Formats: sequence, structure tokens, C-alpha cells
Amino acid sequence: MANLKELSKRPDGFSPGHRLCAGCGIPIIPKLLYKVTDYDIVVASATGCFEVATTIYPYTSWLKPFVHSAFENAAATISGVEAMYQSLKKQGKIPANRKLKFVAFGGDGGTYDIGLQSLSGALERGHDIVYICYDNGAYMNTGIQRSSATPYGASTTTSPAGKVIPGKMQRRKDLTNIALAHHIEYAAQTAVSHWNDLATKLQKGLDIDGPAFICVMSPCVPGWMYPSDQSIEVTRMAVETGYWPLFEMDHGVFRVNYRPKQKLPVADWLKLQGRFRHLFRPEYTYVIEEIQRQVDDYWEYLAHMEQAFPAPPK
Amino acid sequence: MFKLKNWKEVPIGGAVDQPGSAMENKTGSWRVERPVWNSEKCIHCLRCWVYCPDMSVNTLDGKITGINYDYCKGCGICAQVCPEKVKAITMQPEQ
Repeated sequence: MANLKELSKRPDGFSPGHRLCAGCGIPIIPKLLYKVTDYDIVVASATGCFEVATTIYPYTSWLKPFVHSAFENAAATISGVEAMYQSLKKQGKIPANRKLKFVAFGGDGGTYDIGLQSLSGALERGHDIVYICYDNGAYMNTGIQRSSATPYGASTTTSPAGKVIPGKMQRRKDLTNIALAHHIEYAAQTAVSHWNDLATKLQKGLDIDGPAFICVMSPCVPGWMYPSDQSIEVTRMAVETGYWPLFEMDHGVFRVNYRPKQKLPVADWLKLQGRFRHLFRPEYTYVIEEIQRQVDDYWEYLAHMEQAFPAPPK
Repeated sequence: MFKLKNWKEVPIGGAVDQPGSAMENKTGSWRVERPVWNSEKCIHCLRCWVYCPDMSVNTLDGKITGINYDYCKGCGICAQVCPEKVKAITMQPEQ
């Protein structure tokens, strides 16, 4: 893995001037994506913050090929592009040694909910693609509606916290493990606050000949309701409290990549964000306990996964 | 500023034929607070460079050379991720 000094000397693939909010975590992903690899990359993006903010006609922030796609079919679009590349290569219209890589971006709405079907299809057909989901935990682009990635207890405009409910009453869907269930060679979960982990996983995903899936936690200033300079800190705390574990399944070996030295209580992460503010009222403390129980459960599950898919003996 | 094209000039399919044309859009005008970089304190760890969402930390040969105020939206991430003992970037109100 290259260090930051070497990465900063590499050519850019993504330009400034995009209209994402100040403090948005998403641009860190494409910035690193183009830095970690020498491959030429073709990107398709599902509708979401990222697409509408970077490709406002007639402007584009992309310095490399980009395909505009609908909400539900980024994975299907990129599958088609990849299939065309394979065909043209067979016909001799693209030199056999010219290596291209194909990447699809989707938000959590476009991946967990609306695009899940086309993602599942693309993973099953085994196209040589990398699907990157930036998970900011709601439909932020349209004004913070709940998605199946929204954490339990979070207040959104369609699951507003009040006297009746303490925010969203359902658990977050575990999409990385749904992707894993397609028996793909590489699936990983990471966060923008850990650039080294993110860069390593992007590189691994691109190097594999076959489908790879990477779910990246990306903070959202208006949706999570915190000051814009705290973006990286909020995401780091999600990892430190164990809410967002960094793990990967790499060629049949399951690894937890980062274990917090001392796992902080999940309330330390919740209290940084306005969307969980209501949980600190006395009547809703049981929700915090429930979230803590879910986190502990999930770490137990990760431990079982590590036992079930251990590294081969050296 | 962008001039509208007529239908004969627009590329087929509404394709954008100028990569990176968003750079015409100077998002620096959004800024309320400006990050000020102190070259003497800086240890060139590049944490601000990697976490800047607007690619607004300029680098040359692996060293930071300044901040691009054309695009910096003033989110303050750079000042926050700067190591505790260094704090080479401070946020100051825009005049």
C-alpha cells in the first residue's frame, strides 16, 4: 500500500467544483479510487447526492469516463459496459493488453433499496466490476427520508422522532453480508475516516477479476446534523464505538480489519449527531440500550464469521 | 458564465464532452470561514489533503503548498484532522 506522499503525486480523476455540501465525505472515495490504481476506470453512478452534485448538466466533475444511469440500474449499466468491453476485446477492436476496470457508485438508497435487484444480478453474473456503495444512512439527496440503511432510532423526515415513535423502529439491513451471500471473491465494509483501510480495499476490489462489493460509511452534514468540520470525527467514532466495523471477505477468508483498542459505548457516537438527540430524553433511554445490544450482537456474529472462514495455515 | 448552446451544437445524447468542466464553477463563494495554513508549523503529513472533500489542498512533490480558495467551501475538516500537536490550519471568518 502506497503512503499519502506517493498517492498525492498521482494524477487526479475527480475535479473540484462539484456541488456536494461543505463537509460531505463522499468525494474522498473517488479521489482515492483514481489514486490507488493505474487501471483506466469507467464509472457508472446511480441517482443520488453524488450523481446530481457532480454531473449537473452541462458540467461534470469527472475527468475520466462516466455513465449517467437511473436510480435502480447502476449495476446493470456497468454490467452492460463491461460485457461490451469483453466482446470488443474478443473481436479485436480493443487491444488484448488494454486493461479497463469498471466501477459503479450508488448511495444507500440506490443500493440497499432501489438498486438491490440489479446489484444482485450483476454480482451473480460475475462481471468484472467493483460496486461501491457510499452509505450515509438515508435518502439525503431528496431531503432525508429513511432508507433500509438508516440506523435504528435515527430521526428522519419519514421516521420523525416525537411522542409516538423514537425515530426509525427497524434495524439497518446488513448489505455487505447480503453481497457476501453471492459467493463473490471480495466484499468489504469500510469508512471514509480510515483512508488507509479505504484505499487498500479499493485497490483489492479493482485487482480482482470478478465482481467486488465495497460498502463505505460516508458522513452527511444536513442528515446527521453535526457541524461540518466534524465529518471525519463522527465517522471515526462510528468505527471506534463498534457501530460500523471494518471487515472484509477476501477469497474465502473473513477478516475484521480494525478492532478498537477499547470499544467505546455507542452513546458516545450517538450524542455527536442531531438525528439521535431525542434518544437522550429519559423516556427513550431504552432505545440506546437496544442499539448497544445490537452492536454487541453484531460483533459476536463477526467473531463467528472469523471462525467459520479462517485464514489458511501458513 | 455558461452560454446556452442551440440544438445543433449540443452533443448527441446530452453527453458532456469536456471532462472536469465543473471547475468553471468556483465553489469558494460558499465559504463562511476560511482555513489559513501556517507553513512553519506544517509537518506535511497530508491528512488534510486526503480528507479534503473539495480537492482544495494543493500539493507539490508530496508537500503541501497552500489552499485553493477557488474551490474550498470552508467546511473546516482540514483544521479538524490536523494532528493535535501541530494544528497548522486555523479557521478564520471570511471578510
